[in-house]
Amino acid sequence: MAELIIDKETCTGCEACVPVCPFGALSMGDDGTAVVDEKCTFCGACVDVCPVGAITLIKDEKAARTPEAGEYKDVWVFIEHEDGKVSPVSFELLGEGAILARDLGCRLCGMLFTDPEHVEAFAAEAVAYGAETVYVMESPLLGSYRTDPYARAAVDLIRKHKPEIVLFGATTQGRDFAGTVATTLEAGLTADCTGLAIDPETKNLKQTRPAFGGNIMATILDYPQYRPQMSTVRPKVFAMPPRDPSRQGQVVREPLAMTEDEVRTKVLEFVRGEETVNLADAEIIISGGRGVGCGENFKVLQELADTLKAAVGASRAAVDAGWIPYHHQVGQTGRTVRPKIYFACGISGSVQHQAGMKTSDVIVAINKDPEAPIFQIATYGIVGDLFQVVPMLTQEFKKRLGR
Amino acid sequence: MLYLTSVFAALPKEEPLRIAVCVKQVPDTTDVKINPETNTLVREGVASILNPFDEYAVEEALQLREKHGGEVHVITMGPPQAVEVLKQAVAMGADKAYLVSDRAFAGADTLATAYTLALTLRTLGDLDLVICGKQAIDGDTAQVGPGIATRMGMPQLTYVAKVKEVDPQAKRIVVERLLEHGRETVESRLPALLTVVKDINKPRPVSLMGIRKASRAEIPVLTAAAVGADENRIGLKGSPTWVTKVFSPEARGGGGEILKGDLPEAVSALADRIMNTKFVK
Repeated sequence: MAELIIDKETCTGCEACVPVCPFGALSMGDDGTAVVDEKCTFCGACVDVCPVGAITLIKDEKAARTPEAGEYKDVWVFIEHEDGKVSPVSFELLGEGAILARDLGCRLCGMLFTDPEHVEAFAAEAVAYGAETVYVMESPLLGSYRTDPYARAAVDLIRKHKPEIVLFGATTQGRDFAGTVATTLEAGLTADCTGLAIDPETKNLKQTRPAFGGNIMATILDYPQYRPQMSTVRPKVFAMPPRDPSRQGQVVREPLAMTEDEVRTKVLEFVRGEETVNLADAEIIISGGRGVGCGENFKVLQELADTLKAAVGASRAAVDAGWIPYHHQVGQTGRTVRPKIYFACGISGSVQHQAGMKTSDVIVAINKDPEAPIFQIATYGIVGDLFQVVPMLTQEFKKRLGR
Repeated sequence: MLYLTSVFAALPKEEPLRIAVCVKQVPDTTDVKINPETNTLVREGVASILNPFDEYAVEEALQLREKHGGEVHVITMGPPQAVEVLKQAVAMGADKAYLVSDRAFAGADTLATAYTLALTLRTLGDLDLVICGKQAIDGDTAQVGPGIATRMGMPQLTYVAKVKEVDPQAKRIVVERLLEHGRETVESRLPALLTVVKDINKPRPVSLMGIRKASRAEIPVLTAAAVGADENRIGLKGSPTWVTKVFSPEARGGGGEILKGDLPEAVSALADRIMNTKFVK
């Protein structure tokens, strides 16, 4: 069992370790020396900060199953598709994957599962965005995403070809998928990474992600005993790479070892949302909160959204009041979004709301209350009544954009 | 004959359901503050709560039990004080609760956590359904639900916004899943694992009687040995990933520009700045 040992003789009671513990596991004991409790996750943050070296972290020996050097190689990106189109996040991951592959001196590959009808077009898109090789399984079972056949396909393919890194979009599909694949492979999986890099010395993948609603960032590594290293990344975290249709790539086909009666689920119906722009894809989001006052008033925000080709979001307060459906909710118990511009209209900006939107590139706050916490994270703010400001803004943009 | 069959098919099924719910105790992030001097999370005095998504999971289990009869078991893995969230679930109406707690579980990532919870669920006997919240608000990974399903050999139905039909006799469930672009209706075999979103229900408030029941409830503590865990697969030792560094996110340029002047001026200035970002197309 891992253990954090604080040497009572050496500890001077300086308390330097107490505030650096991200998990609040350290405190000062009755005898004036530091004590650790069960919240400790053995991250080692305290070890580095102790000025007298009183803290020792003992990590367990990992089970001896270290892969041979070079046994796992290449960077793979899961080519996600929905409704006959490759999801943009897959291209963004190819862009980032190319940097990782360059730093590792290996190939960048796509992993694609689809039906025979779409395979050529999807594989060509993956190549145009940078994949050197696309590993493909094609079957009528793989037409639209279902956990069972996709997981079987991925597990078989990864076991056979042994990629070193596998990246997935942190979409509902990607999260559903990666979670089961990593479990079957007993591989590490880090969710919602906002930064990926290759450690120049160890060549391991450094995965940086927010935790505690974005209040802290953590860099996570996989022990070398576990491969592949797998991560999910939210849409729009990485830039879209240029598309080059003249690129040449190789397509490697493998058969799917599964029949329809082995698949335990069946999709009966898919009803597309009524919104023309949805929160996950939106470059611009216009959100309303308690200040909007009633469901009818969301029209004011909708007009600005239509003008800017934006999606409409909402705070929990507005959703809980029944003014707008749940799938518009941004924040801790709703969706986390990262648009280019986020307009918070009549939203005070609770920590929970901020957790869902504070990584937006530009935040615009419109609120009557100059003390509203949203102004502290806003790029631009107007203190005023949203029912005056928003319609004026709509007119202003209509004029400037000629819409 | 045909007539009779259809009448029977229309009758409500009263097969009892055995349901387990996995919950987690998380810090109530409302209270989380950053210490501006050390730039770290201040967790002293931060209340611990039942993960909000897990409250919907408990509620859904209770509603299904009310409709079909059966039992609701709730489990959590955590330190001794995590028993509080189990008491809350019992106060809401859960039949039984189990705390999975052992120093050897410390440092578990999602793979080791899912392994431990799956073993614990196995000790509960045959289950029709396992229900989890879609994710915990502290880690936000949404990985443990699929991990448990995979370990248990159950189909997983994630992001469930509605349970449309459950037929334990025919071993069949139909649910509606909330996806980015719409709603998907899926049929699955039972037993199955569901992860639920907020849309699914409205959790009941805890009653006084419920609190009394919870205070009397016996909540067994299961250790690593009790669930038959392989020591190489739990805690830090069974975790492929480890946190190497934690740090504060880059602060957002500490308060931006408040556009002043009369309203038309401020609005025009705002439009200038937004047009300059080139994000408007």
